Amino acid sequence: MIKEKFTFAEEVKPQAGGGWYLVPADKIVEVCKTLRDDYKFDCLSCLTGIDLVDYFEVVYHLFSYSEKKPLVLKVKLEKQSSTMPSVSAIWPSANWMEREVFDLLGIKFENHPDLRRIMLPEDWAGHPLQKSYKEPEEYCGMSTKR
Amino acid sequence: MIRTEEMTISMGPQHPATHGVLRFIVKTDGEVLHEVKPDVGYLHRSMEKIAEKVGYISFQPYTDRIDYVCAMTCNHAYAMAVEKAAGISAPERAEYLRVIASELNRISSHLIMAGVMAMDIGAFTPFIHAIRERETVNDLFEMLCGARLTYNYVRIGGVSFDAPANFKEKCVEFLNHFEPIIDEFNRLISFNKIYVERLANVGVVSREDAIAYNLVGPNLRGSGVRFDVRKDIPYSIYPKIDFNVPVGIGEAGKVGDCYDRYMIRIREMKESCKIVRQALEQMPEGEIMAKVPRKIKPPVTEVYSRCESARGDMGFYLVSDGTDKPYRLKIRTGSFSAMSIVEKIAPGLMIADLVAFISSLDVVAPEVDR
Repeated sequence: MIKEKFTFAEEVKPQAGGGWYLVPADKIVEVCKTLRDDYKFDCLSCLTGIDLVDYFEVVYHLFSYSEKKPLVLKVKLEKQSSTMPSVSAIWPSANWMEREVFDLLGIKFENHPDLRRIMLPEDWAGHPLQKSYKEPEEYCGMSTKR
Repeated sequence: MIRTEEMTISMGPQHPATHGVLRFIVKTDGEVLHEVKPDVGYLHRSMEKIAEKVGYISFQPYTDRIDYVCAMTCNHAYAMAVEKAAGISAPERAEYLRVIASELNRISSHLIMAGVMAMDIGAFTPFIHAIRERETVNDLFEMLCGARLTYNYVRIGGVSFDAPANFKEKCVEFLNHFEPIIDEFNRLISFNKIYVERLANVGVVSREDAIAYNLVGPNLRGSGVRFDVRKDIPYSIYPKIDFNVPVGIGEAGKVGDCYDRYMIRIREMKESCKIVRQALEQMPEGEIMAKVPRKIKPPVTEVYSRCESARGDMGFYLVSDGTDKPYRLKIRTGSFSAMSIVEKIAPGLMIADLVAFISSLDVVAPEVDR
C-alpha cells in the first residue's frame, strides 16, 4: 500500500528481522502526515538516530493502536548538512525525541519548536553517540578522568 | 503603585515530590500554573554509549539501573532484544521464572507508586503500609537471586538461578496474605473521600493526547486505551496465562484523570497476583539456561523488541554489526514520554495538583535520563 502511494520510498527487506521503508529527507513530513491521517499510524513510538560513519540514519518506529501494527521508516542523512525536517508538528511525542537525537548525535531538525540539548548541559562540547566522539578532558575546569 | 507579575519558581532538582532528581521551571500566578517546563538530564549516565563500549553480556547489570524500581522487567526487555537478534531461545522453566519475577516486581513497583502518590498528597500512613508489603517481595527476590534492588536475575538465554525448593510455598503464602491487603489498602486510602476528590478530574489526559504523546502502560490505559504489550504483542509465556487488562473508565470523574491512573495500578496488582499463581502452577521442571556462547555475536541485523514494564511499553532498539558489542542500542522508556506531556497538561493546574499529576504518571527519574 505504501509502495503504491509513495513511489519514491524504497522498501528494504533484510534477510533477518523486519523490513523498513527508506524515505528521502525532504519527503518525510509529507509521508508521515499521510501515514497518520490516512493509514491510522497515530503513534510515533520511537525516534532515534544512528551514526553509520559515512552518513546518519534517522529511524522512525510508527505504531497504529487501532490496527495494532508497526511500521519502520528510515531516512539517510548526509553528514555535511545533518539537517532534516522535524515531525514534531505531526506527533507531539517527536518533540523530546528529536531533542534527544540532536543532543546525543548532533542532527538538527528544522521547524522544531524548541531545539535545545535535553540530557547534557547546554555548554557541553560534542555529541557523545557520534562514533568519532572523544570524551573531553575537562568540563568547566573539572577533570572528567579519574 | 500596585502591579502584578508572573512568578518564576524552580521546583527541584531536590524536591521530595519529584521522584528523583528532576526539575520543573514553573511560572505561576499565585497558586495557578501558567507554564511548566520540565528540565531533565540530571541522572544522564549515557547508558547507550556504555552499551556500545562494554558489549552484550556486560551490559546486562546496567539494565538494572535504567529503572531501579522495576529492574526485573528491564532485565527481561534487554534479554529479549538480544535473544531476538542472536536467535537464542530460553528454556521454558526460565520463561516461567522470568514472568513470576516480572509480575512480583510489578506488584512492588505499583506498591511504591500507590504509597508515594498518597504521601505526595499528604497522607503518610499508606506509604508505610505499601513499603511493608514490598519488603516481603524483596525477601522473595533475595531467595531467587540474593539481591533486593538491582537483581541482574534475567540473563541472556535464561535466568541466573533456579528457584529454591521452598520458593513456591513462600510465594503462595505471600499472595494469600497480599490479596486481602489490597482491599484493606483500598479501604484505607483509595476510596477515602478526601483522596478521591483530590485526584478526580485533575490532570485529565484525553485518549488522543495519550496516544499522540506516546504515553504507554498504565498511563495509556488510564486514558481508556485498551493496549497491553503482554496481550497485544505477546511474548514469553503470557499467551498461556489468563488475565485481564484494566482500563480507565472515569469512575470518580473524567476518563484519564489522576484517579483513573491510580486505580489502574491497584487493579493491575490483583491481576499480577493472578498471573503469579498460574505461572507457579504451570511451571515445568527443567533447565534454566540455554547454551549461550561465551561471546555473543548476533548476525548483522536490527531488532526492536517491546516488553511491558511497570511503567509501560519498554522498547530496546538494537543494531548489530556482527561483533560482540552492539553497534547502537536505543532504550525507549515510558517515563521519558510521560515527562514530555507535563508541559501540555500542567498549565491551569494548581501547584499542589502538579505534584499529584506527576506522581500519577509514576515517573522514575533515572528512566527518563538513562
